[in-house]
Amino acid sequence: MRKLFYLVPLVAFLVLAGWFGLALRPGYQPEVLPSAMIDKPAPSFDLAPLNGGGNLSLAGLKGQVVLVNFFASWCVPCRVEQPILMRLAKQEHVPLYGIDYKDQPDAARRVLAQLGDPYRGIGMDPDGITGIDFGVYGVPETYVIDKTGTIRKRFVGPLTAEELQQELLPLLKQLGAS
Amino acid sequence: MRRVVPASSWRGLHAPWPRLTQRAGTFRRREERGRVGPGHDVVNRGRGLGFVLAMLLALLLTRPAFAVTPQEKLPNPALESRAEAIGGTLRCLVCQNESIEESNADLAHDIRVLLRQRLLAGDSNEQAIQYIVARYGQFVLLRPPVEPATYVLWYGPVALLLLAAAGMVIWLRRRGRSAAPTAPLTDAERQRLADLLRETET
Repeated sequence: MRKLFYLVPLVAFLVLAGWFGLALRPGYQPEVLPSAMIDKPAPSFDLAPLNGGGNLSLAGLKGQVVLVNFFASWCVPCRVEQPILMRLAKQEHVPLYGIDYKDQPDAARRVLAQLGDPYRGIGMDPDGITGIDFGVYGVPETYVIDKTGTIRKRFVGPLTAEELQQELLPLLKQLGAS
Repeated sequence: MRRVVPASSWRGLHAPWPRLTQRAGTFRRREERGRVGPGHDVVNRGRGLGFVLAMLLALLLTRPAFAVTPQEKLPNPALESRAEAIGGTLRCLVCQNESIEESNADLAHDIRVLLRQRLLAGDSNEQAIQYIVARYGQFVLLRPPVEPATYVLWYGPVALLLLAAAGMVIWLRRRGRSAAPTAPLTDAERQRLADLLRETET
């Protein structure tokens, strides 16, 4: 029985090593925070449009599964996800709406002219108030909102092709997107 | 003859490296060994207790740098002090290790302003905190709540400490017991012992 005590350090080491090894697995990003708004109704917003047309409001988006993407002209990772967003909009025909977070409208227009505009509508959030309501803590962030206006998923950081294939498209299919 | 320090004087521990037991009688204090430089020991010059105490006092007087700008501060000092107190418990999600009061990030500024707006609108401390937690989650609180999900976080270290202490007590007791005196030597054994000792001394 006493001999078993000699195993305790070994077991402790294995447990800790396993724990630390889990933290080293690829794709583990502890700084990405889970959204506190999952499965909660999306906050209502009514934002002035970047490019004319009507305001971008939550009420106007109800009834369809939409993606709301927070972006900014000063945001470098947003440029990285631009091709993915274009693919989403043009090839997958997903309703993609953008919110220009804490930005100057001219700068945003310039960037969109430069890189392409994947959004069906863009609202301006110059003070970041809508961002705070959504729980945005950085750009880019993408929210999946279902037909009833409930937030279903949040993607923090630029959308990668893997996230698109493995998480976003299946979720959209599940929610009944066109 | 080499002087061997008997094991009992090391209080039951194995003697450390053999060199230390060999040198047990030859260790000299620093002052006896020779000076560091001409006259005084340079390292100790002017570094007495008073200096150390002064340094400690200076350390105690330091404060983390706060990022609250004068424009953000509320004119009402009571509200402002509430805001600062609450802000000190809210995490800046960009830096994730600083409170919003200390962080220079844009988001920290936004949440500081938001917090002060909520207090101005008449929210209690609890309500203002809940407003922010509803949007950003429990992680925004620097002090996690004590609930079943966080019991391991709060009580884990203490539990581990108690476990280790219990383990140590058991281990020490067991070692004490193993050093129990055996039966006294018989005459024949005493004679043999005397013979052996006489042998080593020659």
